[in-house]
Amino acid sequence: MTDPNTLSPLDLDTPDKTFLDANELVINMGPQHPATHGVLRVILRLDGEKVMGLECVIGYLHRGVEKIAEHRTYTMFNPYVDRMDYVAAVSNGLGYCETVEKLLGVEAPPRAQYIRVILTELNRMASHQLWLGTHALDIGAITPLFYTFRDREEILKIFEKFCGARLTTHAFRIGGLLYEAYEGFEKEVKKFVAFVKPKIDEYEELLTTNRIWVERTKGVGTISAKDCIALGVTGPVLRASGVKWDLRKAQPYANYKNFDFDIPIGVNGDTYDRYLVRMAEFRQSLRIIEQAVDGIPEGPIMAKVPKVIKPPVGEVYHSIEAPKGELGFFIVSDGSTQPYRVRVRPPSFVNLQALELMCRGQLVADVIAVIGTLDIVLGEVDR
Amino acid sequence: MVAKLKGRYGSGIEPLTYLGQNYMVADRSAIPELLQILRNEEEFDYCVDITAVHYPKREKAEFDVIWVLYSFARNERVRVTTKIAEGESIASSVPLWATANWLEREVFDMFGILFEGHPDMKRILLPDGWKGHPLRKDYGILQQDNEWVQINLGIESGQ
Repeated sequence: MTDPNTLSPLDLDTPDKTFLDANELVINMGPQHPATHGVLRVILRLDGEKVMGLECVIGYLHRGVEKIAEHRTYTMFNPYVDRMDYVAAVSNGLGYCETVEKLLGVEAPPRAQYIRVILTELNRMASHQLWLGTHALDIGAITPLFYTFRDREEILKIFEKFCGARLTTHAFRIGGLLYEAYEGFEKEVKKFVAFVKPKIDEYEELLTTNRIWVERTKGVGTISAKDCIALGVTGPVLRASGVKWDLRKAQPYANYKNFDFDIPIGVNGDTYDRYLVRMAEFRQSLRIIEQAVDGIPEGPIMAKVPKVIKPPVGEVYHSIEAPKGELGFFIVSDGSTQPYRVRVRPPSFVNLQALELMCRGQLVADVIAVIGTLDIVLGEVDR
Repeated sequence: MVAKLKGRYGSGIEPLTYLGQNYMVADRSAIPELLQILRNEEEFDYCVDITAVHYPKREKAEFDVIWVLYSFARNERVRVTTKIAEGESIASSVPLWATANWLEREVFDMFGILFEGHPDMKRILLPDGWKGHPLRKDYGILQQDNEWVQINLGIESGQ
């Protein structure tokens, strides 16, 4: 068992005596700052260029999603979840729909499950592509942004053809899918897989052995597995610290147990390892998509769900592996058509808490790299 | 595990299962020790979430506070629920799980429940001077702190 009382930040509380001048400078970064990927304010306590401590100020994008949920029916709340982590809207929808299905005691039919997995994995890739482009841009490499956005476009085109929306897709319904896969869906997904495989090698060629990239990311923002667990950090950040844990394997949902894939892990828990883990996740997502697209069964796409959704009294917690970590929904039903309480357990919010630990003792320029590597979306942090 | 805990606390803790998910309802007084046992002896080393639910119609103890815990070693999830009344506080679990820091601040922000021994008990999502706790049931969906909006934003109303 780990003892949280020995968390690393406590060891760094006293200013480093090796620095000649102990004058500390407090500066403010954000809320409007291009590298914070949204409206995040960070108050930095600096000794020269070294970060002695920082505090995050969040809430600028708070819209009260959990309050809104209590005033909408289960069906009406569905599109709102897309607007939390708006770069991975499909994952949010999957988490919410599955939680309500669990409360109702229904399960989406196999055909819907397969299509859901394909779209969710495509969305994981789109989310990672956006992360890679912007993260590299923050660190100073502009080219990957053009490459990733060019390829992400192909995923968004599939979404658009499937449900008419590119970003806030609202792709799933409680009980299955509203739309049948369009004519030629399988063919297009296969075409995309063949198209994107060499592109991932292309990204890696640009960065993996790039000397500037390696210098800027190796040993930066290191976090140990023990600290990750104490801080509740999940997703690629946890895996890069060497913990082989992925909810798709640990507690399979949808029909992930039908597919063969690996959980990539890192060793050092630094920014470079997190980059490698996400690059490996691209390939694993492709593996899942390839298997799923070949196996789509025939059949209905919607389970038998009543027109008016009124789950029995009770509460349930269900979580999925979103691109950023564990995305959980805790829903309390009082037997009416509106949820009594919806709690969203957002991965970005919890992961952001690790920022302080990861930045202590680093340079100001590394704060940018660490915010990028945490892959936060402020829409989800603030909800 | 449940039998062991039951033996130690008797009627103070009630283990339940709904839809295949285990949870336990415990007395407020048993909570600090129960969480400690779950973490240190039962290996629930990952605190997934801390949240609350407001039941204004309940006679006394109108809030439910809920901890969602997960154990990597056992690959198991458990929820702990307790009931507390308006104005009552509960022991902070930051010494057990560092992640509780922000989660407890959010519960305070949204429900006004105080966590004793929390290192920095202040609002997190709403601005510091805001009045009211929005996720309470008596807080209307269109309600806001007009005074705060007028002073800080210089506009009549945010709506």
